[in-house]
Amino acid sequence: MTASTSAAHVPVFQVSDLNIEIDSGTGPFAVVSDMSFTVDAGETLCIVGESGCGKSMTALSLLRLLPEGVRVGSGSIRIDGAEFLDMDQRQVEDFRGEQIAMIFQEPLTALNPVLTIGEQIAEAVRQHRSCSRQQARARAIEALQLVQMPDPDRRAVQYPHELSGGMRQRAMIALALACDPKIIIADEPTTALDVTIQAQILGLISDLQKRLGTAQILITHDLGVVSEVADRVIVMYAGRKVEEASIYELFDHPLHPYTIGLMGAVPRGGASAQAGDRLADIAGTVPALWNLPKGCAFAPRCPNAAPRCLEERPPFEEKRPGHWAACWEHDDAA
Amino acid sequence: MQPDGTPLLSVDNLEVHFPIRAGVLQRQVGAVKAVDGVSFILERGETLSLVGESGCGKSTTGLALMGLVKPTGGHVNFDGQEIRSFSSAALKAYRRRMQIVFQDPFSSLNPRQRVRDIIRAPLDIHAIGSKAERRARVAELMERVGLRPDQADNFPHQFSGGQRQRIGIARALALSPDIIVCDEPVSALDVSVQAQILNLLGDLQRDLGVSYLAVSHDLGVVEYISHRVAVMYLGRIVEIAPKTDIFASPTHPYTELLMRSAPSHDPRQRHQFSATSDDIPSATRKPSGCAFHTRCPLASDICKRVDAELTTRADGRLVACHNK
Repeated sequence: MTASTSAAHVPVFQVSDLNIEIDSGTGPFAVVSDMSFTVDAGETLCIVGESGCGKSMTALSLLRLLPEGVRVGSGSIRIDGAEFLDMDQRQVEDFRGEQIAMIFQEPLTALNPVLTIGEQIAEAVRQHRSCSRQQARARAIEALQLVQMPDPDRRAVQYPHELSGGMRQRAMIALALACDPKIIIADEPTTALDVTIQAQILGLISDLQKRLGTAQILITHDLGVVSEVADRVIVMYAGRKVEEASIYELFDHPLHPYTIGLMGAVPRGGASAQAGDRLADIAGTVPALWNLPKGCAFAPRCPNAAPRCLEERPPFEEKRPGHWAACWEHDDAA
Repeated sequence: MQPDGTPLLSVDNLEVHFPIRAGVLQRQVGAVKAVDGVSFILERGETLSLVGESGCGKSTTGLALMGLVKPTGGHVNFDGQEIRSFSSAALKAYRRRMQIVFQDPFSSLNPRQRVRDIIRAPLDIHAIGSKAERRARVAELMERVGLRPDQADNFPHQFSGGQRQRIGIARALALSPDIIVCDEPVSALDVSVQAQILNLLGDLQRDLGVSYLAVSHDLGVVEYISHRVAVMYLGRIVEIAPKTDIFASPTHPYTELLMRSAPSHDPRQRHQFSATSDDIPSATRKPSGCAFHTRCPLASDICKRVDAELTTRADGRLVACHNK
């Protein structure tokens, strides 16, 4: 069960019980387990976690772009009710761009260095729509205007290396939006950018969503970014969801000790910060996915761990209205 | 502050210009003014942060002070002594008292060396102590930074990112330096591990009285670790002030823009960032006058022609702006 499943309505995007495995010399092990969520039109879901928590693998699986040796073991990904995992390669290629598109972290490696920005966008348009070169080119300029690229006619004939980092990220967003997808997945879209440019790109992402009503999934490690753009948040740890709630509910009442730890660990001082104050750090490090502890994966680092936590994995359940968490501690909070 | 009032480190008009060469003869056709007249002081037991965006020269400033890139101009005065020539002999004596922790704990440790040898290297280079004393010092340092001394024979790849950064810190501490340059010390680490390292740096300063020159782009980190903050833009410092002042009331328009761009961390106080872009100049094509004038809402005619010098304001802070 996920936070916004209701009987009558079919969400734009529905992921259920997704399991992703990696092959290794000693047999497969799970990198993502029991991942379920839905996203509606006009909604931004943020998936937060640290390196190795499975958030990027989840993102890649949603476009069926998992690297060699990594595969979806079981589960379902439905776009407007159609099962994406059952489609053949041609259908998948039709769906990508047209229905679902991705914004990557590093635009310099995601864009093709030998094609101009305009050619890349036009190519994507022609892939999905029968239109003339001229129409595709016009659509490319339109997409660049949509992302508020200054001087779009001139930018369209430039190569990626001729643009600054922020402009490249705008170009990539234009590429993702060129065919009006219903769902946008953005994997750390501002991590490689300076803070003043990050602010512009976050402003752009929110602005576009308001205008176009796309469903968005934003993958990030940065709770600051989450606080600016999310409607709903999933916190992941060691390949599993540990908490899910609306943005206000999560920031007002974080339940899982990992979420609470993450929030305390972010230095952001405010006027009250004094040199010498200690940050609330989380002891230890993330466990290896091939060697997860038996009970709750966070138990070895958890300040509140009880004997039961080391033995049994807590179920992911609704602890407060619209607020799910996997923790034994809040068993009676519901 | 020392009894006689001289600061531990004073940097005056530091310049690092890199030549731009072109053509078959590789003639110099211009210069990247990565650091272009930077001046500040650092007191004992203090943390001064250099903050700014990519290409502002903050890291180059740190590296130049370590002698890892050669300054092309300016004066550096360390504990009352002018570091005249950044020659190798002068540098060796000076580096004994000034050390650096690098950003990336994966590339800054030799993967073929055992942790023991990595941490001991500064002691070997400066020929400090007997073999037994060095061994004991390595164990002491490992404990000091929160590593188990029985892991001294392991290699860097056997440690996590946070632990590796602790190894880098232990190495920097080996000679009991007066100053440690921390070049983005936590930006390669996960948030939960970042906090551990920031706490460690704080503990070390409290216990050992070491000064930090911290280089960071992360305003949260800067606000947490600094006593004073220097904001850099395209090779120049535009504002220096105590941490609380600069965060509570940024004066320079660029400082103000930086502060306004940081996420709120409070979903009820969202910033409503503007999606509009502005064209950001680079150090190779630096605008005339005040380099920030192309992005500045207050820019007037004089800003395009004359660069603003850092001047002391009524509240004691230093600001380089014609209109503020």
